[in-house]
Amino acid sequence: MIVPYSHVLALSGLLFLIGMVTTVARRNLIMVVLGLEVMLNAAAVAFVGASLRWELLDGQALVIFIIAVAATEVSVGLALVVAAYRKTGSVDPEQLEETEASA
Amino acid sequence: MTVLSLLFYLLALLIVASTGIAVTRRNLAHAVVYLVISFFGTAMLFYLLGAPLLAALEVIIYAGAIMILFLFIVMMIRLERIEGPLFPRRQMVPALVAAAVYLGAGILLMAYGDPAGNARLASASASPAEFGRFLFNRHWLAIEIASLLLLVALVGALHIGREPADAEEPQP
Repeated sequence: MIVPYSHVLALSGLLFLIGMVTTVARRNLIMVVLGLEVMLNAAAVAFVGASLRWELLDGQALVIFIIAVAATEVSVGLALVVAAYRKTGSVDPEQLEETEASA
Repeated sequence: MTVLSLLFYLLALLIVASTGIAVTRRNLAHAVVYLVISFFGTAMLFYLLGAPLLAALEVIIYAGAIMILFLFIVMMIRLERIEGPLFPRRQMVPALVAAAVYLGAGILLMAYGDPAGNARLASASASPAEFGRFLFNRHWLAIEIASLLLLVALVGALHIGREPADAEEPQP
């Protein structure tokens, strides 16, 4: 006997909240991508818990796809960060905005 | 409280604490290292919840590949310190509003939601062989689509990250 499924969901929700606040509030493009990773990981935790709750393997199969999407998203996202850094010399999203506006 | 549930709460504390520390660091390398700890904790949690193959994949892909990619970028980009507050007020207000709505909905759901979620989970484990057979029997098309997605991401990342043809010096 482990814990109720609602506790797994609470942990997953808390992790998702941390990721969301990071993505919205940090002033650094790399931290924004990091926050997205944390959110995807939180979704994976919920899926693994659900897979155990209903004793179906589909939840675990979905986590495989979550990991694939996370890898995809991080490679393209970091490439975009590097492109933005080449353009503006900074990873601050506000400076990117100003450069776009002045260009 | 059994040993397994104690283990769950310890792991949950480790994951939430290390993630919370990670997202409040100014130094990005420190943030990445704290996040690696968090992903190791998540891998142990997956093992506890009966997914040994996913636990291994979490360590290999999340803590290994993805975080190392972050470290490469952090070291490649010469970071000047971004001055000012870590969470500027202009961005903090929408973040706090969204967090409050989210937390309120979550607490309401925990309080008045379906009580079927309160049954304790029985411990079980899916062996990697069984899981792999299931994956390629039932979800083979999705696997192929995921591999196509990875290929598209590879091409896209190469295209975005390529040096421009009229290579001008990046501004300092």
